[in-house]
Amino acid sequence: MIKKFFHQFASPKSYFAIANKFVKPFLVFFFLLYISALAWGLFFTPPDAVQGDSYRIIYMHVPASFMAQILFAVMAITSAVFLIWKLKLAAYVSKSIAPIGAIVTFFALFSGSIWGIPTWGTWWQWDARITSTLILLIMYLGLISLHASFENKEKADKFFSVLVLIGVVNIPIIKKSVDWWSTLHQSASITLTSKPAIDPVMLYPLMFSIVSFIGLIFGLVILSSQNEILKREKYKSWIKNI
Amino acid sequence: MKKDRKKRLFGVLLIIGSSCLGIGLILYALNSNLDYFLTPSELKQSDENVVLSSNTRVKLGGMVKKDSFFINENKVNFEVTDFEDSIKVIYEGLLPDLFKEGKGIVVLGKYNDGIFYADEVFAKHDENYMPPNLELN
Repeated sequence: MIKKFFHQFASPKSYFAIANKFVKPFLVFFFLLYISALAWGLFFTPPDAVQGDSYRIIYMHVPASFMAQILFAVMAITSAVFLIWKLKLAAYVSKSIAPIGAIVTFFALFSGSIWGIPTWGTWWQWDARITSTLILLIMYLGLISLHASFENKEKADKFFSVLVLIGVVNIPIIKKSVDWWSTLHQSASITLTSKPAIDPVMLYPLMFSIVSFIGLIFGLVILSSQNEILKREKYKSWIKNI
Repeated sequence: MKKDRKKRLFGVLLIIGSSCLGIGLILYALNSNLDYFLTPSELKQSDENVVLSSNTRVKLGGMVKKDSFFINENKVNFEVTDFEDSIKVIYEGLLPDLFKEGKGIVVLGKYNDGIFYADEVFAKHDENYMPPNLELN
């Protein structure tokens, strides 16, 4: 029965129908949630003892940096599923994650630069964390152009997926860069193993902003994968009937 | 699992594994070259090193030593320490807002005869965030 469920859900047609039902309210809900998380962080939290008000960009920078890495990991999973089980839907999802990942990664770098000016005294340094994140952005852009450069889209999916699997090794490097090497970037404030280094009055809005940003971005991924289905399966009869 | 799927799963694992191995070996070879800065004791040890001639710009990182900061003839003087060794730094220019004794710092410049002549100073902040009134706790 589980197998049947998967087969049904994994067909672009039924995925499209299910996604179509909830994607819009889902997006609106998380968008409003994210806006209120930002409002909470920007207006209803105290300034930081050391950095003053400039720390408040954390409510944008951390969710963006987090999602930049998560999206690549998700893309690696869907790419592996595509390569092993030949599920077309997985390839469509992979492909639609790439541009969103690129934008989110750019936003992470951009917000980090803005944060760096008042705190570090520089907007760019070639330390391990910043450089590995720049490599992540370049990989997203490379994946987008790789896929676009193929006339044969089945072939494009294959090469795209293989490249994602090669590139996924960068994700643990980004994560551990601040521990393995000396960097200008500080180490993680929130870890699974120890107490957060952020005071609860700032931690709660930060968690709130991360969760709502996750929802918002996955909503966008679903929306964009629906687009991809429409584009790739436009000659199928069920799409003509929409 | 069907035979051809097993084969493809093996292929996927092979791609990830060889990528990890390749990148791992590169990172292992580069090792300390990926460090953003040297600590005072590392810089002092590399003193005799030919690579580190007086014309090479290096980055030195550590804590600003307590009670070492003073201004003399428009030049900022302080010491950078890693609690094992410390190096005197001379710098002319604006300091970042977060510059403070006892806090993290990275200076970029030339090391010559035991004195570090910095031409850029970056403040390194830590991962702790708290409201101002809780700082004393």
